[in-house]
Amino acid sequence: MNEIKASMAGSVWKIVANEGESVTSGQDVVILESMKMEIPIPAEQDGTVKELKVGEGDFVNEGDVIAIIE
Amino acid sequence: MNETLQDMYEKIASGGAEKYHESNQQKGKMFVRERLQLLFDDDLSIEDAFFANCTDGSLPADGVVTGIGKINGEQVCVMANDSTVKAGSWGARTVEKIIRIQETAMKLQLPMLYLVDSAGARITDQVDMFPNRRGAGRIFHNQIKLSGRVPQICLLFGPSAAGGAYIPAFCDIVVMVDGNASMYLGSPRMAEKVIGEKVSLEEMGGANMHCSVSGCGDVLAKDEKEAIDYARRYLSYFPSNFKHVPKRQESIEPASFEKNIADLIPENQNAPFDMYQLIDRLIDEATFCEIKKKFAPELITGLSRIDGRTVGIIANQPKAKGGVLFPDSADKAAKFMQLCDAFNIPLLFLVDIPGFMIGTRVERAGIIRHGAKMLSAMSEATVPKISVVVRKAYGAGLYAMAGPAFEPDACIALPTAQIAVMGPEAAVNAVYANKIAALNEEDRPAFIKEKQEEYKENIDLYRLASEMVLDDIVQPENLRADLVQRFEAYQTKDVTFTVRKHGVYPV
Repeated sequence: MNEIKASMAGSVWKIVANEGESVTSGQDVVILESMKMEIPIPAEQDGTVKELKVGEGDFVNEGDVIAIIE
Repeated sequence: MNETLQDMYEKIASGGAEKYHESNQQKGKMFVRERLQLLFDDDLSIEDAFFANCTDGSLPADGVVTGIGKINGEQVCVMANDSTVKAGSWGARTVEKIIRIQETAMKLQLPMLYLVDSAGARITDQVDMFPNRRGAGRIFHNQIKLSGRVPQICLLFGPSAAGGAYIPAFCDIVVMVDGNASMYLGSPRMAEKVIGEKVSLEEMGGANMHCSVSGCGDVLAKDEKEAIDYARRYLSYFPSNFKHVPKRQESIEPASFEKNIADLIPENQNAPFDMYQLIDRLIDEATFCEIKKKFAPELITGLSRIDGRTVGIIANQPKAKGGVLFPDSADKAAKFMQLCDAFNIPLLFLVDIPGFMIGTRVERAGIIRHGAKMLSAMSEATVPKISVVVRKAYGAGLYAMAGPAFEPDACIALPTAQIAVMGPEAAVNAVYANKIAALNEEDRPAFIKEKQEEYKENIDLYRLASEMVLDDIVQPENLRADLVQRFEAYQTKDVTFTVRKHGVYPV
Protein backbone atom coordinates (compact mmCIF):
# COMPACT_ATOMS: atom_id res chain seq x y z
CA MET A 1 0.00 0.00 0.00
CA ASN A 2 1.29 3.37 -0.97
CA GLU A 3 -0.10 6.80 -0.20
CA ILE A 4 0.09 9.44 -2.89
CA LYS A 5 0.46 12.90 -1.42
CA ALA A 6 0.00 16.38 -2.82
CA SER A 7 3.41 17.83 -3.74
CA MET A 8 2.10 21.35 -3.15
CA ALA A 9 -1.04 23.22 -2.14
CA GLY A 10 -3.68 23.59 -4.84
CA SER A 11 -7.08 22.44 -6.01
CA VAL A 12 -7.89 19.14 -7.66
CA TRP A 13 -8.37 19.96 -11.32
CA LYS A 14 -8.81 16.52 -12.85
CA ILE A 15 -9.02 12.93 -11.65
CA VAL A 16 -7.15 10.86 -14.21
CA ALA A 17 -7.41 7.40 -12.64
CA ASN A 18 -10.61 6.45 -10.81
CA GLU A 19 -11.00 4.00 -7.96
CA GLY A 20 -10.43 0.44 -9.14
CA GLU A 21 -8.30 1.46 -12.12
CA SER A 22 -4.80 0.10 -12.42
CA VAL A 23 -1.85 2.46 -12.73
CA THR A 24 1.84 2.05 -13.43
CA SER A 25 4.62 3.87 -11.65
CA GLY A 26 4.97 7.39 -13.03
CA GLN A 27 1.45 7.47 -14.45
CA ASP A 28 -0.66 10.46 -13.39
CA VAL A 29 -3.43 9.73 -10.90
CA VAL A 30 -4.74 13.26 -10.49
CA ILE A 31 -3.77 16.67 -11.81
CA LEU A 32 -3.85 19.60 -9.44
CA GLU A 33 -4.15 23.19 -10.42
CA SER A 34 -1.92 25.52 -8.48
CA MET A 35 -0.38 28.88 -9.30
CA LYS A 36 -2.29 28.58 -12.60
CA MET A 37 -0.14 25.56 -13.47
CA GLU A 38 -1.13 21.97 -14.09
CA ILE A 39 0.56 19.88 -11.43
CA PRO A 40 0.50 16.18 -12.28
CA ILE A 41 0.54 13.83 -9.29
CA PRO A 42 1.88 10.47 -10.45
CA ALA A 43 1.75 7.03 -8.85
CA GLU A 44 5.02 5.99 -7.25
CA GLN A 45 4.48 2.28 -7.87
CA ASP A 46 2.45 -0.07 -10.03
CA GLY A 47 -0.92 -1.03 -8.58
CA THR A 48 -4.62 -0.30 -8.36
CA VAL A 49 -6.24 2.86 -7.10
CA LYS A 50 -7.79 1.55 -3.89
CA GLU A 51 -9.16 4.80 -2.62
CA LEU A 52 -9.39 8.38 -3.81
CA LYS A 53 -9.41 10.79 -0.91
CA VAL A 54 -10.31 13.85 -2.99
CA GLY A 55 -12.84 15.00 -5.57
CA GLU A 56 -12.46 17.51 -8.40
CA GLY A 57 -12.46 21.06 -7.05
CA ASP A 58 -11.25 20.12 -3.55
CA PHE A 59 -8.44 22.15 -1.96
CA VAL A 60 -5.46 20.09 -0.82
CA ASN A 61 -2.51 21.25 1.17
CA GLU A 62 1.06 20.10 0.64
CA GLY A 63 1.44 16.61 2.06
CA ASP A 64 -2.29 15.77 2.10
CA VAL A 65 -3.08 12.22 1.03
CA ILE A 66 -4.74 12.19 -2.39
CA ALA A 67 -5.08 8.50 -3.12
CA ILE A 68 -4.07 5.07 -1.90
CA ILE A 69 -2.48 2.68 -4.36
CA GLU A 70 -2.47 -1.04 -3.65
CA MET B 1 67.06 -0.62 4.63
CA ASN B 2 66.19 0.00 8.24
CA GLU B 3 64.03 -2.86 9.41
CA THR B 4 62.43 -1.09 12.35
CA LEU B 5 61.30 1.66 10.03
CA GLN B 6 60.06 -0.81 7.44
CA ASP B 7 58.05 -2.75 10.04
CA MET B 8 56.60 0.45 11.37
CA TYR B 9 55.59 1.52 7.84
CA GLU B 10 53.80 -1.70 7.14
CA LYS B 11 52.03 -1.77 10.46
CA ILE B 12 50.75 1.78 10.24
CA ALA B 13 49.78 1.51 6.55
CA SER B 14 47.58 -1.49 7.29
CA GLY B 15 45.34 0.47 9.67
CA GLY B 16 43.36 -1.06 12.54
CA ALA B 17 42.64 -4.64 13.58
CA GLU B 18 41.63 -7.21 10.99
CA LYS B 19 38.12 -7.63 12.40
CA TYR B 20 37.33 -3.98 11.64
CA HIS B 21 38.52 -4.39 8.06
CA GLU B 22 36.22 -7.36 7.73
CA SER B 23 33.17 -5.65 9.15
CA ASN B 24 33.79 -2.67 6.86
CA GLN B 25 34.07 -4.96 3.88
CA GLN B 26 30.72 -6.52 4.73
CA LYS B 27 29.13 -3.09 4.58
CA GLY B 28 30.68 -2.41 1.16
CA LYS B 29 33.20 -0.01 2.67
CA MET B 30 36.74 0.24 1.31
CA PHE B 31 39.83 0.69 3.44
CA VAL B 32 40.82 4.35 3.59
CA ARG B 33 44.00 3.79 1.57
CA GLU B 34 42.07 1.99 -1.15
CA ARG B 35 39.70 4.94 -1.35
CA LEU B 36 42.62 7.29 -1.79
CA GLN B 37 44.13 5.14 -4.52
CA LEU B 38 40.88 5.29 -6.39
CA LEU B 39 40.47 9.02 -5.81
CA PHE B 40 43.87 10.13 -7.08
CA ASP B 41 45.37 9.76 -10.54
CA ASP B 42 48.12 7.77 -8.84
CA ASP B 43 48.26 7.55 -5.08
CA LEU B 44 48.86 10.12 -2.39
CA SER B 45 52.07 11.83 -3.47
CA ILE B 46 52.80 13.37 -0.08
CA GLU B 47 51.64 12.08 3.29
CA ASP B 48 52.56 13.91 6.48
CA ALA B 49 52.25 12.80 10.12
CA PHE B 50 51.99 9.19 9.03
CA PHE B 51 53.66 8.43 12.35
CA ALA B 52 51.20 10.42 14.44
CA ASN B 53 50.64 8.67 17.77
CA CYS B 54 52.91 5.81 16.67
CA THR B 55 54.28 5.35 20.18
CA ASP B 56 50.81 4.30 21.31
CA GLY B 57 50.90 1.30 18.98
CA SER B 58 47.11 0.86 18.76
CA LEU B 59 46.22 4.01 16.86
CA PRO B 60 47.88 3.90 13.40
CA ALA B 61 48.21 7.42 11.95
CA ASP B 62 45.83 8.38 14.79
CA GLY B 63 42.91 7.33 12.61
CA VAL B 64 43.26 9.83 9.80
CA VAL B 65 45.30 10.06 6.60
CA THR B 66 46.30 13.55 5.44
CA GLY B 67 48.30 14.62 2.42
CA ILE B 68 48.43 15.82 -1.16
CA GLY B 69 47.73 13.98 -4.40
CA LYS B 70 46.67 14.70 -7.97
CA ILE B 71 43.16 14.58 -9.47
CA ASN B 72 42.82 15.21 -13.22
CA GLY B 73 46.48 16.24 -13.11
CA GLU B 74 45.87 18.96 -10.49
CA GLN B 75 47.05 18.91 -6.89
CA VAL B 76 44.52 18.68 -4.07
CA CYS B 77 44.77 18.31 -0.28
CA VAL B 78 42.92 15.55 1.51
CA MET B 79 41.98 14.30 4.94
CA ALA B 80 40.49 10.83 5.19
CA ASN B 81 39.23 9.11 8.33
CA ASP B 82 40.26 5.52 8.94
CA SER B 83 37.24 3.81 10.47
CA THR B 84 39.29 0.69 11.28
CA VAL B 85 41.06 2.78 13.95
CA LYS B 86 38.69 3.38 16.87
CA ALA B 87 35.83 3.91 14.41
CA GLY B 88 37.63 6.88 12.87
CA SER B 89 37.19 8.88 16.05
CA TRP B 90 39.11 12.09 16.69
CA GLY B 91 41.92 12.30 19.24
CA ALA B 92 44.24 15.24 19.78
CA ARG B 93 46.61 14.30 16.96
CA THR B 94 43.76 13.47 14.58
CA VAL B 95 42.47 17.00 15.03
CA GLU B 96 45.95 18.53 14.70
CA LYS B 97 46.52 16.60 11.47
CA ILE B 98 43.26 17.84 10.01
CA ILE B 99 44.03 21.42 11.00
CA ARG B 100 47.50 21.21 9.46
CA ILE B 101 46.32 19.91 6.10
CA GLN B 102 43.71 22.68 6.01
CA GLU B 103 46.46 25.21 6.67
CA THR B 104 48.42 23.63 3.84
CA ALA B 105 45.42 23.95 1.51
CA MET B 106 45.16 27.60 2.52
CA LYS B 107 48.85 28.32 1.88
CA LEU B 108 49.11 26.39 -1.37
CA GLN B 109 45.62 27.51 -2.50
CA LEU B 110 44.57 23.98 -3.32
CA PRO B 111 41.15 22.30 -3.14
CA MET B 112 40.46 20.52 0.16
CA LEU B 113 38.75 17.14 0.20
CA TYR B 114 37.26 15.56 3.32
CA LEU B 115 36.70 11.81 3.18
CA VAL B 116 34.57 11.38 6.28
CA ASP B 117 33.88 8.13 8.11
CA SER B 118 34.04 8.91 11.80
CA ALA B 119 32.21 8.25 15.04
CA GLY B 120 33.16 11.71 16.33
CA ALA B 121 35.27 12.84 19.27
CA ARG B 122 37.10 10.43 21.57
CA ILE B 123 35.33 11.48 24.74
CA THR B 124 38.24 10.09 26.80
CA ASP B 125 40.57 12.60 25.09
CA GLN B 126 38.21 15.53 25.21
CA VAL B 127 40.37 17.99 27.10
CA ASP B 128 43.16 17.46 24.54
CA MET B 129 41.03 17.74 21.43
CA PHE B 130 37.84 19.68 22.16
CA PRO B 131 38.01 23.08 23.81
CA ASN B 132 41.38 24.66 23.10
CA ARG B 133 42.61 27.01 20.38
CA ARG B 134 43.69 24.16 18.18
CA GLY B 135 40.84 21.88 19.23
CA ALA B 136 38.19 20.53 16.85
CA GLY B 137 36.46 23.90 16.65
CA ARG B 138 39.45 25.16 14.68
CA ILE B 139 38.65 22.66 11.92
CA PHE B 140 35.33 24.38 11.31
CA HIS B 141 36.86 27.83 11.68
CA ASN B 142 39.38 26.88 8.97
CA GLN B 143 36.65 25.48 6.74
CA ILE B 144 34.75 28.73 6.96
CA LYS B 145 37.93 30.62 6.12
CA LEU B 146 38.68 28.34 3.17
CA SER B 147 35.14 28.65 1.85
CA GLY B 148 35.13 30.43 -1.50
CA ARG B 149 38.94 30.46 -1.63
CA VAL B 150 39.34 26.84 -2.66
CA PRO B 151 36.78 24.18 -3.53
CA GLN B 152 35.88 22.06 -0.49
CA ILE B 153 34.33 18.66 -1.09
CA CYS B 154 33.00 16.16 1.42
CA LEU B 155 32.64 12.49 0.57
CA LEU B 156 30.63 10.85 3.30
CA PHE B 157 31.26 7.11 3.52
CA GLY B 158 30.05 6.48 7.04
CA PRO B 159 28.74 8.41 9.99
CA SER B 160 29.44 12.07 10.57
CA ALA B 161 28.14 12.53 14.05
CA ALA B 162 27.47 15.36 16.48
CA GLY B 163 30.06 18.14 16.09
CA GLY B 164 31.65 16.18 13.25
CA ALA B 165 28.47 16.70 11.24
CA TYR B 166 29.60 20.27 10.68
CA ILE B 167 32.41 19.18 8.36
CA PRO B 168 29.93 18.39 5.59
CA ALA B 169 27.89 21.46 6.49
CA PHE B 170 30.76 23.80 5.60
CA CYS B 171 31.74 22.08 2.36
CA ASP B 172 30.65 23.28 -1.07
CA ILE B 173 29.25 19.86 -1.84
CA VAL B 174 28.47 16.67 0.08
CA VAL B 175 28.36 13.30 -1.63
CA MET B 176 26.70 10.60 0.49
CA VAL B 177 26.92 6.84 -0.02
CA ASP B 178 23.47 5.29 0.20
CA GLY B 179 23.08 2.89 3.11
CA ASN B 180 26.33 3.79 4.90
CA ALA B 181 26.57 7.57 5.09
CA SER B 182 24.74 9.42 7.81
CA MET B 183 24.79 12.82 9.44
CA TYR B 184 23.18 13.77 12.72
CA LEU B 185 23.74 15.90 15.78
CA GLY B 186 22.18 13.36 18.13
CA SER B 187 22.07 9.64 17.41
CA PRO B 188 18.76 7.73 17.57
CA ARG B 189 19.91 6.33 20.91
CA MET B 190 20.49 9.80 22.24
CA ALA B 191 17.18 11.04 20.82
CA GLU B 192 15.32 8.31 22.67
CA LYS B 193 17.06 9.13 25.94
CA VAL B 194 16.92 12.89 25.77
CA ILE B 195 13.67 13.71 23.98
CA GLY B 196 11.88 10.36 23.99
CA GLU B 197 11.75 9.98 20.19
CA LYS B 198 12.06 6.49 18.71
CA VAL B 199 13.51 6.60 15.21
CA SER B 200 15.85 4.62 12.95
CA LEU B 201 19.27 5.92 11.92
CA GLU B 202 18.18 6.05 8.28
CA GLU B 203 15.14 8.18 9.10
CA MET B 204 17.10 10.38 11.46
CA GLY B 205 20.10 11.12 9.29
CA GLY B 206 20.43 8.69 6.40
CA ALA B 207 21.83 9.56 2.99
CA ASN B 208 18.48 9.41 1.26
CA MET B 209 16.82 11.68 3.79
CA HIS B 210 19.58 14.28 3.65
CA CYS B 211 19.75 14.29 -0.15
CA SER B 212 15.99 14.63 -0.63
CA VAL B 213 14.51 16.24 2.51
CA SER B 214 17.01 18.26 4.59
CA GLY B 215 19.24 19.33 1.70
CA CYS B 216 22.36 18.71 3.83
CA GLY B 217 23.48 16.17 1.21
CA ASP B 218 23.90 17.10 -2.45
CA VAL B 219 24.55 13.87 -4.26
CA LEU B 220 23.35 10.36 -3.42
CA ALA B 221 25.86 7.74 -4.60
CA LYS B 222 24.98 4.06 -4.79
CA ASP B 223 28.43 2.97 -3.62
CA GLU B 224 31.86 4.34 -2.71
CA LYS B 225 33.23 4.09 -6.23
CA GLU B 226 30.37 6.17 -7.58
CA ALA B 227 30.99 8.79 -4.90
CA ILE B 228 34.70 8.96 -5.73
CA ASP B 229 34.04 9.13 -9.48
CA TYR B 230 31.63 11.99 -8.88
CA ALA B 231 34.25 13.95 -6.93
CA ARG B 232 36.81 13.53 -9.70
CA ARG B 233 34.31 14.62 -12.30
CA TYR B 234 33.01 17.54 -10.22
CA LEU B 235 36.53 18.93 -9.77
CA SER B 236 37.08 19.01 -13.53
CA TYR B 237 34.63 21.95 -13.70
CA PHE B 238 36.60 24.03 -11.18
CA PRO B 239 39.83 25.97 -10.96
CA SER B 240 42.11 25.15 -8.01
CA ASN B 241 41.19 28.39 -6.28
CA PHE B 242 39.22 31.62 -6.65
CA LYS B 243 42.06 33.42 -8.41
CA HIS B 244 41.79 31.27 -11.51
CA VAL B 245 39.16 30.32 -14.05
CA PRO B 246 38.08 26.77 -14.88
CA LYS B 247 40.15 25.07 -17.57
CA ARG B 248 38.45 25.00 -20.92
CA GLN B 249 37.94 21.52 -22.33
CA GLU B 250 37.39 20.34 -25.86
CA SER B 251 34.08 21.54 -27.29
CA ILE B 252 31.53 18.80 -27.99
CA GLU B 253 28.28 19.16 -29.93
CA PRO B 254 25.08 18.51 -27.94
CA ALA B 255 23.51 15.08 -28.22
CA SER B 256 21.15 14.84 -31.18
CA PHE B 257 17.41 14.42 -30.70
CA GLU B 258 14.44 13.91 -32.96
CA LYS B 259 12.47 16.76 -31.43
CA ASN B 260 13.97 20.21 -31.73
CA ILE B 261 13.61 22.92 -29.11
CA ALA B 262 10.56 24.53 -30.70
CA ASP B 263 8.68 21.21 -30.69
CA LEU B 264 9.56 20.65 -27.08
CA ILE B 265 7.96 23.73 -25.56
CA PRO B 266 4.17 23.58 -25.19
CA GLU B 267 2.22 26.61 -26.37
CA ASN B 268 -0.06 26.47 -23.36
CA GLN B 269 1.94 28.31 -20.69
CA ASN B 270 0.20 26.27 -17.98
CA ALA B 271 1.13 22.82 -19.28
CA PRO B 272 4.24 21.14 -17.86
CA PHE B 273 7.29 20.21 -19.90
CA ASP B 274 10.62 18.63 -19.02
CA MET B 275 13.36 21.26 -18.69
CA TYR B 276 16.11 18.60 -18.74
CA GLN B 277 15.32 18.11 -22.40
CA LEU B 278 16.06 21.74 -23.14
CA ILE B 279 19.30 21.61 -21.13
CA ASP B 280 20.48 18.58 -23.13
CA ARG B 281 19.96 20.48 -26.36
CA LEU B 282 22.08 23.43 -25.25
CA ILE B 283 25.12 21.87 -23.57
CA ASP B 284 28.07 19.81 -24.76
CA GLU B 285 26.96 16.19 -24.82
CA ALA B 286 27.01 14.35 -21.48
CA THR B 287 28.55 17.22 -19.53
CA PHE B 288 25.71 17.84 -17.07
CA CYS B 289 26.94 17.34 -13.52
CA GLU B 290 23.86 17.84 -11.38
CA ILE B 291 23.84 19.08 -7.80
CA LYS B 292 20.90 18.38 -5.46
CA LYS B 293 18.97 16.35 -8.03
CA LYS B 294 16.63 14.86 -5.45
CA PHE B 295 16.17 18.00 -3.36
CA ALA B 296 13.64 20.67 -4.42
CA PRO B 297 13.36 19.28 -7.96
CA GLU B 298 11.23 22.25 -9.09
CA LEU B 299 14.55 24.00 -9.66
CA ILE B 300 17.43 22.31 -11.47
CA THR B 301 21.02 23.25 -10.60
CA GLY B 302 24.12 21.77 -12.18
CA LEU B 303 27.48 22.32 -13.80
CA SER B 304 27.87 21.81 -17.51
CA ARG B 305 30.05 22.79 -20.45
CA ILE B 306 29.03 24.91 -23.38
CA ASP B 307 31.64 25.01 -26.14
CA GLY B 308 34.07 23.47 -23.66
CA ARG B 309 33.58 26.21 -21.04
CA THR B 310 32.19 25.50 -17.58
CA VAL B 311 28.73 27.02 -17.15
CA GLY B 312 26.49 26.75 -14.07
CA ILE B 313 22.86 26.18 -14.99
CA ILE B 314 19.86 27.27 -12.92
CA ALA B 315 16.63 26.20 -14.53
CA ASN B 316 13.00 26.11 -13.46
CA GLN B 317 11.46 22.66 -13.90
CA PRO B 318 7.78 23.02 -14.85
CA LYS B 319 7.42 19.26 -14.57
CA ALA B 320 7.91 19.36 -10.78
CA LYS B 321 5.57 21.53 -8.70
CA GLY B 322 4.92 23.63 -11.79
CA GLY B 323 8.42 25.09 -11.55
CA VAL B 324 7.18 27.33 -8.73
CA LEU B 325 9.85 28.54 -6.29
CA PHE B 326 9.60 27.29 -2.69
CA PRO B 327 11.77 27.99 0.36
CA ASP B 328 13.91 24.93 -0.37
CA SER B 329 14.38 25.72 -4.05
CA ALA B 330 15.31 29.31 -3.20
CA ASP B 331 17.98 28.03 -0.77
CA LYS B 332 19.22 25.53 -3.33
CA ALA B 333 19.60 28.29 -5.91
CA ALA B 334 21.32 30.65 -3.47
CA LYS B 335 24.03 28.18 -2.54
CA PHE B 336 24.61 27.11 -6.13
CA MET B 337 25.00 30.68 -7.34
CA GLN B 338 27.45 31.44 -4.53
CA LEU B 339 29.43 28.34 -5.48
CA CYS B 340 29.66 29.34 -9.14
CA ASP B 341 30.40 32.98 -8.44
CA ALA B 342 33.15 32.08 -5.96
CA PHE B 343 35.03 30.07 -8.58
CA ASN B 344 34.46 32.24 -11.65
CA ILE B 345 31.87 29.98 -13.26
CA PRO B 346 29.41 31.89 -15.52
CA LEU B 347 25.71 31.40 -14.88
CA LEU B 348 22.93 30.50 -17.30
CA PHE B 349 19.33 30.97 -16.15
CA LEU B 350 16.61 29.10 -18.02
CA VAL B 351 13.39 30.77 -17.02
CA ASP B 352 9.91 29.27 -16.99
CA ILE B 353 8.42 30.33 -13.71
CA PRO B 354 4.90 31.11 -12.48
CA GLY B 355 6.39 32.87 -9.43
CA PHE B 356 7.07 32.16 -5.79
CA MET B 357 4.61 29.88 -4.03
CA ILE B 358 1.84 31.50 -2.01
CA GLY B 359 -0.38 30.22 0.81
CA THR B 360 -0.16 29.90 4.58
CA ARG B 361 2.19 26.91 4.50
CA VAL B 362 5.00 28.75 2.75
CA GLU B 363 4.42 32.11 4.46
CA ARG B 364 4.89 30.37 7.81
CA ALA B 365 8.03 28.74 6.45
CA GLY B 366 9.37 32.23 5.70
CA ILE B 367 9.29 32.12 1.91
CA ILE B 368 9.96 35.87 1.78
CA ARG B 369 13.16 35.44 3.78
CA HIS B 370 14.27 32.44 1.72
CA GLY B 371 13.41 34.15 -1.55
CA ALA B 372 15.47 37.15 -0.43
CA LYS B 373 18.49 34.85 -0.02
CA MET B 374 18.16 33.76 -3.62
CA LEU B 375 17.83 37.30 -4.88
CA SER B 376 20.86 38.37 -2.83
CA ALA B 377 23.07 35.61 -4.14
CA MET B 378 21.94 36.23 -7.72
CA SER B 379 22.36 39.96 -7.42
CA GLU B 380 25.84 39.72 -5.90
CA ALA B 381 27.14 37.25 -8.47
CA THR B 382 29.56 39.16 -10.69
CA VAL B 383 30.37 36.30 -13.08
CA PRO B 384 28.82 36.51 -16.57
CA LYS B 385 25.07 35.97 -16.22
CA ILE B 386 22.70 35.21 -19.07
CA SER B 387 18.99 35.00 -18.46
CA VAL B 388 16.99 33.14 -21.11
CA VAL B 389 13.23 33.55 -20.82
CA VAL B 390 11.98 30.26 -22.21
CA ARG B 391 8.28 30.69 -21.42
CA LYS B 392 6.66 32.56 -18.57
CA ALA B 393 8.52 34.82 -16.19
CA TYR B 394 5.94 36.13 -13.75
CA GLY B 395 6.29 38.42 -10.79
CA ALA B 396 9.26 38.07 -8.48
CA GLY B 397 10.11 34.95 -10.48
CA LEU B 398 11.52 37.23 -13.19
CA TYR B 399 13.64 38.99 -10.56
CA ALA B 400 14.91 35.79 -8.93
CA MET B 401 15.97 34.39 -12.30
CA ALA B 402 18.31 37.30 -13.11
CA GLY B 403 15.76 39.60 -14.70
CA PRO B 404 16.90 42.83 -16.39
CA ALA B 405 17.09 44.88 -13.17
CA PHE B 406 19.76 42.59 -11.73
CA GLU B 407 22.46 43.39 -14.25
CA PRO B 408 22.57 40.18 -16.25
CA ASP B 409 24.94 40.58 -19.17
CA ALA B 410 21.98 39.71 -21.35
CA CYS B 411 18.31 38.96 -20.94
CA ILE B 412 17.17 37.17 -24.05
CA ALA B 413 13.89 35.48 -24.91
CA LEU B 414 12.59 32.67 -27.03
CA PRO B 415 9.46 33.52 -29.07
CA THR B 416 7.42 31.54 -26.50
CA ALA B 417 8.39 33.94 -23.67
CA GLN B 418 5.84 35.82 -21.64
CA ILE B 419 6.99 38.40 -19.09
CA ALA B 420 4.52 39.98 -16.70
CA VAL B 421 3.65 40.69 -13.10
CA MET B 422 1.26 37.74 -13.40
CA GLY B 423 -0.35 35.58 -16.07
CA PRO B 424 -3.38 36.84 -18.03
CA GLU B 425 -5.93 34.71 -16.08
CA ALA B 426 -4.75 35.88 -12.69
CA ALA B 427 -4.35 39.49 -13.82
CA VAL B 428 -7.86 39.83 -15.24
CA ASN B 429 -9.25 38.28 -12.07
CA ALA B 430 -7.28 40.66 -9.92
CA VAL B 431 -8.14 43.84 -11.82
CA TYR B 432 -11.76 43.14 -12.76
CA ALA B 433 -12.98 40.95 -9.89
CA ASN B 434 -15.79 43.34 -8.90
CA LYS B 435 -16.81 44.03 -12.46
CA ILE B 436 -16.93 40.32 -13.33
CA ALA B 437 -19.05 39.65 -10.24
CA ALA B 438 -21.51 42.39 -11.27
CA LEU B 439 -22.02 40.93 -14.75
CA ASN B 440 -24.68 38.38 -15.67
CA GLU B 441 -23.24 34.91 -15.66
CA GLU B 442 -23.67 34.49 -19.42
CA ASP B 443 -21.80 37.72 -20.14
CA ARG B 444 -18.77 36.84 -18.06
CA PRO B 445 -16.77 34.54 -20.40
CA ALA B 446 -16.82 37.03 -23.29
CA PHE B 447 -15.78 39.88 -20.99
CA ILE B 448 -12.96 37.84 -19.44
CA LYS B 449 -11.72 36.77 -22.83
CA GLU B 450 -11.73 40.33 -24.15
CA LYS B 451 -9.78 41.61 -21.12
CA GLN B 452 -7.31 38.73 -21.35
CA GLU B 453 -6.64 39.55 -24.99
CA GLU B 454 -6.09 43.20 -24.09
CA TYR B 455 -3.72 42.11 -21.36
CA LYS B 456 -1.78 39.86 -23.70
CA GLU B 457 -1.31 42.73 -26.13
CA ASN B 458 -0.02 44.86 -23.30
CA ILE B 459 2.69 42.33 -22.45
CA ASP B 460 3.44 41.38 -26.06
CA LEU B 461 7.00 40.14 -26.47
CA TYR B 462 7.83 42.53 -29.31
CA ARG B 463 6.51 45.42 -27.29
CA LEU B 464 8.93 44.43 -24.50
CA ALA B 465 11.76 44.12 -27.02
CA SER B 466 10.80 47.50 -28.43
CA GLU B 467 11.06 48.96 -24.94
CA MET B 468 14.49 47.24 -24.69
CA VAL B 469 13.45 45.14 -21.71
CA LEU B 470 14.92 42.29 -23.73
CA ASP B 471 18.31 42.37 -25.35
CA ASP B 472 17.27 39.95 -28.05
CA ILE B 473 14.63 37.48 -29.18
CA VAL B 474 16.27 34.33 -30.47
CA GLN B 475 15.08 31.50 -32.70
CA PRO B 476 15.03 28.36 -30.55
CA GLU B 477 17.35 26.50 -32.91
CA ASN B 478 19.91 29.32 -32.67
CA LEU B 479 19.93 29.50 -28.88
CA ARG B 480 23.03 27.39 -28.32
CA ALA B 481 25.04 29.26 -30.93
CA ASP B 482 23.97 32.53 -29.35
CA LEU B 483 25.02 31.35 -25.88
CA VAL B 484 28.38 30.16 -27.18
CA GLN B 485 29.12 33.60 -28.60
CA ARG B 486 27.88 35.47 -25.57
CA PHE B 487 29.84 33.39 -23.05
CA GLU B 488 32.94 33.83 -25.17
CA ALA B 489 32.43 37.58 -25.36
CA TYR B 490 31.77 37.97 -21.63
CA GLN B 491 34.98 36.22 -20.54
CA THR B 492 36.77 39.45 -19.74
CA LYS B 493 33.99 40.73 -17.46
CA ASP B 494 35.56 42.39 -14.45
CA VAL B 495 33.27 44.13 -12.00
CA THR B 496 33.13 44.65 -8.26
CA PHE B 497 29.60 44.42 -6.92
CA THR B 498 30.14 47.01 -4.20
CA VAL B 499 32.63 47.96 -1.52
CA ARG B 500 31.86 47.09 2.11
CA LYS B 501 32.88 44.62 4.79
CA HIS B 502 30.00 42.33 3.86
CA GLY B 503 26.27 42.52 3.38
CA VAL B 504 23.76 41.67 6.10
CA TYR B 505 22.38 38.48 4.65
CA PRO B 506 18.65 37.79 4.82
CA VAL B 507 19.18 34.27 6.22
